[in-house]
Amino acid sequence: MKEIFNNEMKLEFISKSANEAFARIAVAAFASQLDPTIEELADIKTAVSEAVTNCIIHGYDKKQGIVKVSAKLKENEIIIEISDKGKGIENVDAAKEPLYTTKPNLERSGMGFTIMESFMDSMKVESVLGLGTKVTMSKIIKPKQENEEEEFEMLATN
Amino acid sequence: MESKFYEEDKLLVFKITEEMDDHSVQMIRRKADYEMERYMPRKVIFDFDCVTFMDSAGIGFLIGRYKFANMIGSKLEISNLTQSVKRIFEMSGILKLIPVTN
Repeated sequence: MKEIFNNEMKLEFISKSANEAFARIAVAAFASQLDPTIEELADIKTAVSEAVTNCIIHGYDKKQGIVKVSAKLKENEIIIEISDKGKGIENVDAAKEPLYTTKPNLERSGMGFTIMESFMDSMKVESVLGLGTKVTMSKIIKPKQENEEEEFEMLATN
Repeated sequence: MESKFYEEDKLLVFKITEEMDDHSVQMIRRKADYEMERYMPRKVIFDFDCVTFMDSAGIGFLIGRYKFANMIGSKLEISNLTQSVKRIFEMSGILKLIPVTN
């Protein structure tokens, strides 16, 4: 039997870079209810870190604002929303291109969205110039029981 | 981040002990550049053995140090990449430029 989790949480914090670690650790702690593997948890932490860093560095630039993070657990999926009310992205498609950055002088790699896309199962960016940006991403956490059953089946067939 | 300079080999070794994100990288970068400029090493090694988390800020950091090392005539190497660190670096293609050792 698959266990069903339904849960929700919200965080708000000011756009200070020290909060990047806070945000990813908080979301990881919340996600741990789905019993993810260490790798799955690392994927989530990295994606959250990228999205929150974008809000702080790009959305608000040097100004102070509020970053919102919310996460929902639905059965074995985690859905994470990270948003700012900053300056918005002029061209979302360009921003999602690997190595694209508007701040090369700050040693930004331009890999943020690429990492979010490849570490999560889905990623959506909505942005309005002058109003802000919202990133929604989701990841399915493979239930452990299923893994064990697969292993068992493999053992049985071998 | 800890560092050690080996005078006889002109080798500067940094052992990174922090989680690497945009926040922590700012301090790591300052220390690395300061010491590279101070010792003018022939070779610089960044040891990632103790890095338990790294996001794309690590890529920007490494590209920046690679350029800086070139500028002062040093060779850059990285060592002891954990699986998750390696995965991030591989996405950027930077491992084609910088030798990895264990």
